[in-house]
Amino acid sequence: MSGQKPRTLFDKIWDAHVVETLPDGTALLYIDLHLTHEVTTPQAFDGLRQAGRKVRRPEATLAVIDHNIATDASRYTGIEDPESRVQVETLERNVQEFGVPFIPLLDQRQGIVHVIGPELGRSLPGMTIVCGDSHTSTHGAMGALAFGIGTSEVEHVLATQTLLQKPARNMQVLVEGNLALGCTAKDIVLAIIGKIGTAGGTGHVIEFAGDAIRALDMAGRMTVCNMSIEGGARAGMVAPDQTTYDYVRTRPMAPKGEALERAIEYWKTLPTDAGAHFDKVVKLAAHEIAPQVTWGTSPEDVLPITGIVPNPEEAADEARREQMRRKMQYMGLQPGQRLQDLKVDVVFVGSCTNSRIEDIRAAAAVARGRKVAEGVRAMVVPGSGLVKAQAEEEGLDRILQEAGFEWREAGCSMCLGMNPDKLTPGQRCASTSNRNFEGRQGPGGRTHLLSPAMAAAAAIAGHLADVRDFQPQQAQ
Amino acid sequence: MQAFTKLTGIAAPLPKANVDTDQIIPARFLKSISRTGFGKNLFANFRYREDGSENPDFVLNQEPYRKAEILIAFENFGCGSSREHAPWALLDFGIRCVIAPDFADIFHNNSFKNGVLPVRLPREVCEQLMEDARMGGNARLTVDLEREVVVRPNGEEIPFKIDPLRRHLLLNGLDDIGQTLQHASAIDAYEAKRKASQPWLAGG
Ligand code: SF4
Repeated sequence: MSGQKPRTLFDKIWDAHVVETLPDGTALLYIDLHLTHEVTTPQAFDGLRQAGRKVRRPEATLAVIDHNIATDASRYTGIEDPESRVQVETLERNVQEFGVPFIPLLDQRQGIVHVIGPELGRSLPGMTIVCGDSHTSTHGAMGALAFGIGTSEVEHVLATQTLLQKPARNMQVLVEGNLALGCTAKDIVLAIIGKIGTAGGTGHVIEFAGDAIRALDMAGRMTVCNMSIEGGARAGMVAPDQTTYDYVRTRPMAPKGEALERAIEYWKTLPTDAGAHFDKVVKLAAHEIAPQVTWGTSPEDVLPITGIVPNPEEAADEARREQMRRKMQYMGLQPGQRLQDLKVDVVFVGSCTNSRIEDIRAAAAVARGRKVAEGVRAMVVPGSGLVKAQAEEEGLDRILQEAGFEWREAGCSMCLGMNPDKLTPGQRCASTSNRNFEGRQGPGGRTHLLSPAMAAAAAIAGHLADVRDFQPQQAQ
Repeated sequence: MQAFTKLTGIAAPLPKANVDTDQIIPARFLKSISRTGFGKNLFANFRYREDGSENPDFVLNQEPYRKAEILIAFENFGCGSSREHAPWALLDFGIRCVIAPDFADIFHNNSFKNGVLPVRLPREVCEQLMEDARMGGNARLTVDLEREVVVRPNGEEIPFKIDPLRRHLLLNGLDDIGQTLQHASAIDAYEAKRKASQPWLAGG
């Protein structure tokens, strides 16, 4: 429309979903898609029941079990942990009572909620998408406004299909140029968090832009958006483009035929207008990014793999020095140690950050024709049953198992210590997940975040390693 | 939801930045299907040693902080996972107000919805309050939401600002679903319009 103020992708999706604006500026925002899982919903359904309320639009809701289930064969014989079982059974009962579409545990489409939403074609460009889980930001890769909510808000969306929200500020992260060999979307996002810090995006929605982002496939864009929350942002997003439309076209639950063409016409109006205002802009040169790995207990504690463990005594002030000493102690590190000398006990390839087929291919490319180092437990956990099936069709499971990796069933697994896959105190883990907080992967566990290719390299080397030293090999 | 008007109580000092929700309530304790009972596992990784015994060095295991109703911390409190179990655990322990220089967005939201008041005050002020808190039982703080002030033990009043809608809901202990349902006809109208303009969304 001529004469209208240029708007960002976020502004456009926001404006299109405001049902009403309250006098103080709070918007009643319409929610197109509500994804749910077993951990953050029991109290919400209970609240509805107590108030005698219904789910307003069950068809705009999708439930799946992912967080607290085993990812080995034991899932076929029932859940051992009594509390986990109750939580899963509670969800099963709730979806039945409230008529919510549900993907059962043993369905091939089961998987991590943030993997299956896009994969099934439920998460679409231009949508508002919420889930009781902070990594809902993943779906922003579709060109959607997607963010995590708490359980009270889950109940609010179930009952009203809306949320009360204050508009966020706009932030742009521009990544220009070409990525160097061995670097991936994970390295981009870790480098971004290293630059802006874990509170750098607070109060903002980040739009990732620039030709290095455009060049990423959908899986890569999801990895980047997934970790927006680790930079403090409310959400992360990438404008839809041909890559997005081609992806949507092949998704089972996405619109088809004329409906899809009409949708694409609309989606093409969404990208940020020239001259639109961003409250904050951060720029990175893609070619300067080296393979990244975290050393501390916050995702912002990140360095190139060629780096050394920093010295707390060199930090600016005493508070920071104290904090760093604590991190070093927890992580069992000495200042000046080479990151590449850190021996790992466990390697985890999985989580909603990096468990898509592209991630598994990347890990398998490094593992092919090599062996996991003695004493290292390495596991690959696909993000969904469909990813698993695809990987098996491509023979990736064989390559990985021959190299000594465990090949598991889909789920959150070792991303968080609430199912049987956990670190024991003191274990050091190279992990493709998104959080290296103290105790995240199990009490006392030490997490180093990195890309799937870097994780596979660490498994083979037995210590953190530079993936650039691992040229692909042919199978023997 | 319990209303929050004015609270006078013991404040516990937690001089840490980036206190994430995994620290507030570790994932392994999220398996309950009720909203209560999380208090005993609040800060479990700090509060208990590996053998399950209490760690006497942690502030909430010391007198008088076992009865703390206010928590003072530093930047970016509540970052990480969206789990609402974090404010539930605080509440169940008895903490109804957290004072910090800033909060992660989702935690900030979740707190209001459960009657836990997050108060943003500049770092220097938080440092002062931290000192007050260290004086223990003789130094109670008052948090007055009606007047939007924190009253230090020496009587000094520190003003803070809370979003007016949130303040209203909290002062009156109102549930926002009830509030939103008053707009049901606007939601109906929005849905009808959306069905016509974005028919591909109609099925779901
Ligand atoms: S994989 Fe990890 S971060 Fe992702 S949804 Fe599951 S627990 Fe959360």
